[in-house]
Amino acid sequence: MSWPFSFARFLAVLTKEFIQMRRDKVTFVMMIGVPIMQLLIFGYAINSDPRNLPTLVEMADEGPVSRAILASMDTSTYFDFEGVVTSPEEGERALRDGTASFVVVIPDGFERDVVRGLRPQILLAADASDPAAAGGAVAALSGIVDTVLSQTMSGALAYTAPAPPPFGVVVHKFYNPEGKTSVNIVPGLLAVILSLTMVMITAVAIVREREKGTMETLIATPVRPFEVMTGKIMPYVLVGYVQTGVFLVVSRILFGVPFVGSPFAFFVGFNLYIVVNLALGFLISTVAKSQMQAMQVSFFTLLPTILLSGFMFPFAAMPNWAQTIGSVIPATHFLRLIRKVMLKGADLIDIAGDLTAITLIMLVIVGVALKRYRQTLD
Amino acid sequence: MTEEFAISVKGLTKVFGDRTVVDHFDMEVPKGAIYGFLGPNGSGKTTTIRMMCGLLTPDGGTGQCLGLDILSEQEAIKENVGYMTQKFSLYEDLTIRENLDFIARMYRVPSRRERVKQALIDLGLSDRANQLAGTLSGGWKQRLALAACMIHDPSLLLLDEPTAGVDPKARRDFWDEIRRLSAKGVTVLVSTHYMDEAVQCDFIAYIAYGKKLIAGPARDIPKMIGLHTWQVTGPDIGDLEMALRSEPDVGQVARFGQVLHVSGTDEKALEAVANRYRAKQSHKWMLKEAELEEAFIYLMAGATDNFLGAAK
Repeated sequence: MSWPFSFARFLAVLTKEFIQMRRDKVTFVMMIGVPIMQLLIFGYAINSDPRNLPTLVEMADEGPVSRAILASMDTSTYFDFEGVVTSPEEGERALRDGTASFVVVIPDGFERDVVRGLRPQILLAADASDPAAAGGAVAALSGIVDTVLSQTMSGALAYTAPAPPPFGVVVHKFYNPEGKTSVNIVPGLLAVILSLTMVMITAVAIVREREKGTMETLIATPVRPFEVMTGKIMPYVLVGYVQTGVFLVVSRILFGVPFVGSPFAFFVGFNLYIVVNLALGFLISTVAKSQMQAMQVSFFTLLPTILLSGFMFPFAAMPNWAQTIGSVIPATHFLRLIRKVMLKGADLIDIAGDLTAITLIMLVIVGVALKRYRQTLD
Repeated sequence: MTEEFAISVKGLTKVFGDRTVVDHFDMEVPKGAIYGFLGPNGSGKTTTIRMMCGLLTPDGGTGQCLGLDILSEQEAIKENVGYMTQKFSLYEDLTIRENLDFIARMYRVPSRRERVKQALIDLGLSDRANQLAGTLSGGWKQRLALAACMIHDPSLLLLDEPTAGVDPKARRDFWDEIRRLSAKGVTVLVSTHYMDEAVQCDFIAYIAYGKKLIAGPARDIPKMIGLHTWQVTGPDIGDLEMALRSEPDVGQVARFGQVLHVSGTDEKALEAVANRYRAKQSHKWMLKEAELEEAFIYLMAGATDNFLGAAK
């Protein structure tokens, strides 16, 4: 750079970009509308601990013990009793066609065998094709049964109750004691929203100049590439700020997601994340030949961001190779960072590792992008 | 040398992949001249212009533009050159005023507001200044683009097919404007493939398939090729055209309505052909001075397509 950075020219590019953004109403609405829509959909619609699952009962016996168990299952809110089946075949059919997620089978002579101490078995037939849907309810069941037994098997029947275990286990759920999915999903959404809009908007905005030929006009003037880039990208950083603001308000008011950590750590984290996404958008713009391609490649990067980052599914549950891929995705580290800050009360030192990871990824992206950018000029 | 020429390049070469798009190109554009740059589509005109104004780095060759080195002083060249792209490449979603203002800011034009205002008045677009550029007609777009690349008062204008797809009236206006600028001392290098525009130029260079075929003052070009032309009129001109095309001594036959221009480089042989046909049929044969039009059709036919060779 033989000549110094011209602030006037940077400002001119910035102004131009704002005017264009204002005129492109569809994109403008998308930038604010899409994040709100995503927040509402993901925040309200997604529940990884499903309740009120349709359940049928096949009652070959009826008595106080079985009634107590069924009542207790009902009050747990996991199971929603919707009717009775009279044969195993009918139960199986209900599971197969999806009208029921569970069929509880109380065997013949159940009450009698309980009294005789023969340890009869209740069958819970579950549609386990979706492990996440069945898992919570199944896990809850043994607790329900234990409680019922200790309450119902008292007095003369006390001998049938199981002996209490020699020690107790106390579970203390930190950070999200109610186990609300939205508390986990909503902070992660900021990673997805910023990633989607920042990457795509930057890529499209730059490719648009090339596709329309205006880039040629630009580089024929004395304007420096650095002035063009900063001037073009700055407005979208601001969009990122607005999105983050919207996110904070919505997550607080609608979903009651706490924010217990250091605001400063949050500020540093999301700024760095915005920059890494802009850099990725910039890189895509050097590859894509048209706005259409830029859009497609941006969407392509969105998929791993959602699936492999730990946003939708627990990161630790993925096989090693998937974790390896996941750990080069910026969103993975930003997710950890923001969950730590918002839910766990982390400050800057706690997120230093995540910041370092994002910085490293950014350096690589910027390096490749700059190298490619120089090539595309010629 | 730099006193005399606005552009002076030697051995300019550009290779894209395995195609030599511009092959050892030499050119000298005198200051204040209107220099026509002719050649068929894809012959390397745009690439050459881009190299001369510092948009592309040549793979070989040297040169100066306004006394500045095209390899090392690209930034300074950009400050003093107005470059108009082939396709309209201002912002369609900005207004006319915003476009001019933006370009003026890129060049850091002093007293910018006044300059933009004056440009709008010169254009005759003052009352439509707030109209989006994308809604302008083709002719107006060209004029706006010219105004934009003149906003910093450059001493050299590079116009890349400025009148492609513009109606004849707008083209004439455009050329009037170019001559006005030239009269003020601005050097203009303009690429085109309209022959009627070539005639307007002081100098002409003809490029085909990346190689310069000929260059010189416009009126000398036909003589430089050594072309001799007969003008033929008469009945059944179509049949005669077919017959002449198969004559080995006839370089080319160009038809203009009911008139044929029969050209060749061998004066004697061509005359023999003329006499032969004159004796046979009742057509009127007249020796005429070869013009640019014939000259370029002749050049085109003779040029070999080295890109085809590369593709094989």
